[in-house]
Amino acid sequence: MAQPQKDYKCVGKSIRKKDAMQLLLGKAVYMDDIVPRDALTVKLLRSPHPNAIVEEIDVSLACKVPGVVAVYTWQDVPRQRFAIAGQTYPEPSPYDRLILDRHVRFAGDPVAIIAAEDERAALGAMKRIKVTYRVLEPVLDPRASKDGPILVHPEEDWYPPCPVGGDNKRNLVASETDSAGDVDGVLDRCDIVLDRTYHTKAFQQAMMETFRTYTRLDRYGRLHVISSTQIVFHVRRILSAALGIPKSKIRVEKPRIGGGFGAKQTAVSELYPAFVTLKTGRPAQLIFTREECQIAGSPRHEMEIRVRLGADKTGKIRALDLYTLSNSGAYGEHGPTTVGLSGHKSIPLYTGSLEAYRFAFDVVYTNLQPAGAYRGYGATQGIFAVESAVNELAELLHIDPTVLREKNMVRQGMAMPAYYGETAGACALDRCLARCKEIFDWEHRYPVRDLGNGKVRAAGVAIAMQGSGISQIDVGSATIRLGDDGCYNLILGAADMGTGCDTILAQMAAECMDCDVDNVAVFSADTDVSPYDSGSYASSTTYVTGKAVERACEELKERLCRIAARVLACPPEELTFCGNCIRRCGTEQSVSLHDLAYQAQLNNTEAAEATVSHSSPISPPPFMAGMAEIELDKLTGQVTVLDYMAVVDCGTPINPALARIQAEGGIVQGIGMTLLEDVRYDAHGKPMETSLMQYKLPTRLDMGKLRVEFESSYEPTGPFGAKSIGEIVINTPAPAIAHAIYRATGVWHRNLPITAEQIALGP
Amino acid sequence: MKLDLTLNGRAVSDDVRPDLTLLEFLREHGCLSVKQGCGTANCGLCTVLLDDVPVLSCSVLAVRANGRAVVTLEGLQEEASAFVGFLADQGADQCGFCNPGMVMNTIALLRENPDPSDDEIRAYLAGNLCRCSGYEGQLRGIRAYLDSRKE
Ligand code: FES
Ligand code: FES
Repeated sequence: MAQPQKDYKCVGKSIRKKDAMQLLLGKAVYMDDIVPRDALTVKLLRSPHPNAIVEEIDVSLACKVPGVVAVYTWQDVPRQRFAIAGQTYPEPSPYDRLILDRHVRFAGDPVAIIAAEDERAALGAMKRIKVTYRVLEPVLDPRASKDGPILVHPEEDWYPPCPVGGDNKRNLVASETDSAGDVDGVLDRCDIVLDRTYHTKAFQQAMMETFRTYTRLDRYGRLHVISSTQIVFHVRRILSAALGIPKSKIRVEKPRIGGGFGAKQTAVSELYPAFVTLKTGRPAQLIFTREECQIAGSPRHEMEIRVRLGADKTGKIRALDLYTLSNSGAYGEHGPTTVGLSGHKSIPLYTGSLEAYRFAFDVVYTNLQPAGAYRGYGATQGIFAVESAVNELAELLHIDPTVLREKNMVRQGMAMPAYYGETAGACALDRCLARCKEIFDWEHRYPVRDLGNGKVRAAGVAIAMQGSGISQIDVGSATIRLGDDGCYNLILGAADMGTGCDTILAQMAAECMDCDVDNVAVFSADTDVSPYDSGSYASSTTYVTGKAVERACEELKERLCRIAARVLACPPEELTFCGNCIRRCGTEQSVSLHDLAYQAQLNNTEAAEATVSHSSPISPPPFMAGMAEIELDKLTGQVTVLDYMAVVDCGTPINPALARIQAEGGIVQGIGMTLLEDVRYDAHGKPMETSLMQYKLPTRLDMGKLRVEFESSYEPTGPFGAKSIGEIVINTPAPAIAHAIYRATGVWHRNLPITAEQIALGP
Repeated sequence: MKLDLTLNGRAVSDDVRPDLTLLEFLREHGCLSVKQGCGTANCGLCTVLLDDVPVLSCSVLAVRANGRAVVTLEGLQEEASAFVGFLADQGADQCGFCNPGMVMNTIALLRENPDPSDDEIRAYLAGNLCRCSGYEGQLRGIRAYLDSRKE
């Protein structure tokens, strides 16, 4: 689609993030930088057993420890179940939680809340709580969960607010089958049917700032929650349900956030200090240790995906049949929704000649750490499976995998039945792949090169898609207000977690209001102040909230013209907004913005501000292509990523520097889950990688060259043609690197991560 | 235990528990730039200078700093300001939580080696994890700063 040829002043410019210098110079901007000294320290005693009933719990000794203020158990908390997934009401996630439950369901499930004057006292008390557990047999294998004899949630008050095919008496969080066309018939008629199963683990977001929340009572006696969260409004609703107090009594605010990646789209840490503050009236804080983050966080859903791919001899992909088994762990947060993306954001990539598809899934409970939202949200798992299967097909047919994709991939204007029937309105996937091939020099690097010293160089490829917000659900809002001297306040409910959305939304506002970005002061996010926003997740902020900003600016301009009409004593229709002034057409008459701002404060009845909420009926997918060159040591199995090339179509990049960093950061995270980050469990189902010593995040030395380019399309429903970028970028490394490893070794590794050990051991 | 040290150029005396970490001590004394990411010496977020040498303050006892000089980013604002703008130009600050540790270690690097190669930068900063940026933007920023000095 042709791009509007417009020279933007602010949009498309790589300006600095508004908070950059504060962050780089280490100023106090995070939750634990602003906690007062007298705040209580909250600690959680966690169950060592994956499935047990608390028969007895004696806190009397613990309460005697000097400095301990209170210890709470399951007897002290409200009995109403709720969900902690940050989703729009009514949540698809089942109501299966209590603040503390007598039935503990994973090794790490909280058993008691301790509040003390300091950490030492809290930890001292923790040791003195006596718990007698009735230990039950756990279900640790997701494959044995559905209709198995052990129920994770046998309780009668388990409640699904939405019909998503769940049934606690079958260990099912959700299940569904969706299809179009006669899949079995088409598969029967295909020359080749690949039947492969892929597996991915419960990878950790491992944001550098662990989960944390500070709570206090404000001057009106309301609960004021300052939390490292992506979802202030959902947190308010969740707290209200969990604590049994009205929303009018709760205010949730976010400071700067030290990374989220979806982890903080779940209310992981908020309940406990909030409960303590309500009970004691005192400020309280809970900061998760890194170990707690690893064992009781909100990681990616482990998935096993069976792909049946039908093609003809020429490589035309005619049918795709996916079955995903998703492991939600002990609770159902995001279980019913993440899984959907494993099919709905992988199958549509091959819309080209697809005649039929089927996508079925089961999401099961197990007695393992509950999963949640992690960048990519199920699409990552699905794309690993489908892209790997497509690469397997290419190798089987001896067709260049980029050529195979050119034959089959989705192109602009195609209707995508597997993508909720939406059309690929703006799609530069073809250009992304072509450009990637060219810059990466695919022709020369695809052939395997044995270096003769035990090392082999090989390359692999993958394509990916995601969405831009949740269609017909997500709401983004913006308030823009003219201030005294012609400056603007932009007030948002979206949550900048480091991505820079505060800045790019200000760029959009500045573009609309024809002013300097410095003239737009941004504030986000506070439930008392911000207009409603579902929050920063699902790649929604640029596309959905961005459009709200654009529309709010339009509305403000109209209002300013009405104020100016009074000043100039003319009908508002004769006025045009010109940035620094408002002019009357065909005359010399005008009023400067500066004067108008003061006029708005004098005998004026028209508010010089506008609030707009936006929601989109569609979720235009961003697309990308990724190529990896690796060097593999045949003896040790060590894989070094020498070069990673990505070309992304995110529509219009609003701030190319920030978009680039999103892409680079996502790719490195993707490399981490492909090669380094492992999740293994001990006999109690507790993850063994409990620290960053064991859970190996990629370092600077794990990366070779990393190149990102943009191949823009123009999405007419997005602000300035933008789609999204935050999530898609994590999706290509796993399939591309697995492909390169196959090229180097002749072995397909279908389980992530692919560790050196596994490669060395061979098939 | 009695502890006397110089913190960002000022003499500080305190009575501390023997098991207090330097990280805890520094945050209690208002050096909020010092962050904890792991607590196990694996992330580099808590990097400070102890007698001009970068150390991981989560893994150093406060009493070990007795009679020595500790410098945090609070004490190096000017030196940091010289180059962090180049990181900001890349958008490499991102969530910022890893920034102070990385900036401190970069200062240590540049004091030791004013003209490092890209590989030397990568090697020196290898212990500074960043989950947001993918590292390349940080490298571009430092490189841009070094290049600007040559002009
Ligand atoms: S907190 Fe010290 S190295 Fe991570
Ligand atoms: S900027 Fe977030 S961890 Fe580095």
